Amino acid sequence: MFRILLRKFSEVFIFLLFIMFVSFLFIRLAPGDPVLTILNVDELSVSQEQVEAMREEMGFNDPLPVQFGSWLLDFVRLDFGTSYSTGQPVMQTLMSALPATAELTLGALLVMLLIAVPLGSLSAVYRGSWIDTLSRMLSIVGAAVPSFWLGLILIDLFGVRFGNLPTMGRDGFASLILPCVTLGLAISSVYVRLLRSSLLDSLSQEFVRSARARGLSEGRIFWLHALRHSLPPVITVFGVSLGSLIGGVVVIEVLFAYPGIGKLVVDAIRQRDYPLIQGYILIMAIVVFIVNTAVDLSYRYLNPEMKLKEKEAHR
Amino acid sequence: MKSMPARVRTRPSKSKKHSVQAIVAALFALLVIAASVYTFLYLKHDPTLTDLRGRLLGASTLHPLGTDHLGRDVLTRLLLGGGQTLGYSLLALGAALVIGIPFGLIAGYKRGWVDKVFMRIADGFLAFPDTIVAIVLSGLLGAGISNLVLAIVIVKWVSYARLVRSTVLSESQKDYIRIARTNGLSDARIMTKHLLPHIAGHVLVLASLDLGKIILLISSLSYIGLGAQPPTPEWGAMLNDSRPYFQSRPELMVYPGLAIVSVVLLANMLGDYLRDRFDVKKEVQP
Repeated sequence: MFRILLRKFSEVFIFLLFIMFVSFLFIRLAPGDPVLTILNVDELSVSQEQVEAMREEMGFNDPLPVQFGSWLLDFVRLDFGTSYSTGQPVMQTLMSALPATAELTLGALLVMLLIAVPLGSLSAVYRGSWIDTLSRMLSIVGAAVPSFWLGLILIDLFGVRFGNLPTMGRDGFASLILPCVTLGLAISSVYVRLLRSSLLDSLSQEFVRSARARGLSEGRIFWLHALRHSLPPVITVFGVSLGSLIGGVVVIEVLFAYPGIGKLVVDAIRQRDYPLIQGYILIMAIVVFIVNTAVDLSYRYLNPEMKLKEKEAHR
Repeated sequence: MKSMPARVRTRPSKSKKHSVQAIVAALFALLVIAASVYTFLYLKHDPTLTDLRGRLLGASTLHPLGTDHLGRDVLTRLLLGGGQTLGYSLLALGAALVIGIPFGLIAGYKRGWVDKVFMRIADGFLAFPDTIVAIVLSGLLGAGISNLVLAIVIVKWVSYARLVRSTVLSESQKDYIRIARTNGLSDARIMTKHLLPHIAGHVLVLASLDLGKIILLISSLSYIGLGAQPPTPEWGAMLNDSRPYFQSRPELMVYPGLAIVSVVLLANMLGDYLRDRFDVKKEVQP
């Protein structure tokens, strides 16, 4: 177990170092002078002396290896410096926006579960019925609908025409409804079909028959045995598609002007605010690492066979 | 939950399902081709020419779908936008294939240090979700459609190289490759003449399943301003452009959105069809 964790961690770490290095090169070698970028934020004219002073202060006059060394040291200390555009420390800015993003993501996952579990189960149990056909249609179309367009439609319908749900910002529970529903709907189509096929597979297994032979109620068989056995593939896909979830969060946050870290990073990209982008990469790497590890651990919990196989493999 | 007919495995007749899909896809493809021929031969309006007196017009014979907030013809922009979105998606996909296939062939067939280096890179990419890498890379390179395409290529080639590598690994054990090798064929010849045709199906399936995703990614990032920049007629960017006018002119929201949905639907159907056709199952789940 520990070895797996260590290997995963080292993979993430090496890649992180690589992407950090690339971003370092970009910042130092990019056509736009970062000093000018910083000074130009206020749109005031700057003198040559100011530029030189700033350059000296930020260490841009040192040789490149020295710069990289000091930058690496800061990186290890998790110090990304201050944002070019706001002048605030990067980590602090990102950390204060993180809870908003977490709320949105968890809310969307909840909506996804509320759609996928009933629809997926029903279309597995009543296979071939109208509800199965309906869920198939929905998932085929759902896979083709861009989340931002879905969001625009929902804003138009429930924010403007037939209701007045908040469509911008983050101000209490009501402002979470539209973003969470949009994202939840957008990601649910995959999980409905996945849960269905996984459930069909479990329901045809021996253990379901033996449970039935032991006289367990159908409900108990379904919820305690079949559903549990169907979860690992769903969780695998969740881990694999975590990236598109995070990407979806970025799009939704921009769409709803929601003050999370996704919107923060898009603004940072527009303003070439490299320290902020780097900080975002780091936080995402940590999130991905945590989720992937949790996914791996959940297999062991859901499927005891895994533990046995692992032991055998190590022998 | 009384009866659970789980053991009954009736497959809906596959061939029938396919022919319907194929017909729909073919019809739609024809429509797309006709539309692009139409734009090519008969481009009445400049897609970026603004006319502030004729802004936000309704449908008319001159402007079949009306005009947008700058007085530009919506139909023209919609059709040209299709070229943009599809063109850039295919470009990204093609470039990823051109880099990924040779890499995977060599890594899988020759093994050795190429393979070792490749697996390190692939593990790293796997550890990090590609959507995020694409967003961040396009951010570091600067917002713009060509940088977005570059970012997509950088993250996508790995998955093709990985697929090719794993297929080649299993193909190489088969007799026909052994025979080819005993016959003294050069490695290059074995790779191009014998291995490549065998893996082409797998790659084609994965590529067509990816196409829809890439279209969605490009239009989403263009919508949030990281892809195509105005006044380029790209569907995502068009939606972003006309967002303040949706209340008075909801059609401006409907057209580009429907265009994206239908093209992605077509791409996905093509992918499903090819997957069944080549009988590639789970192994190419991206």
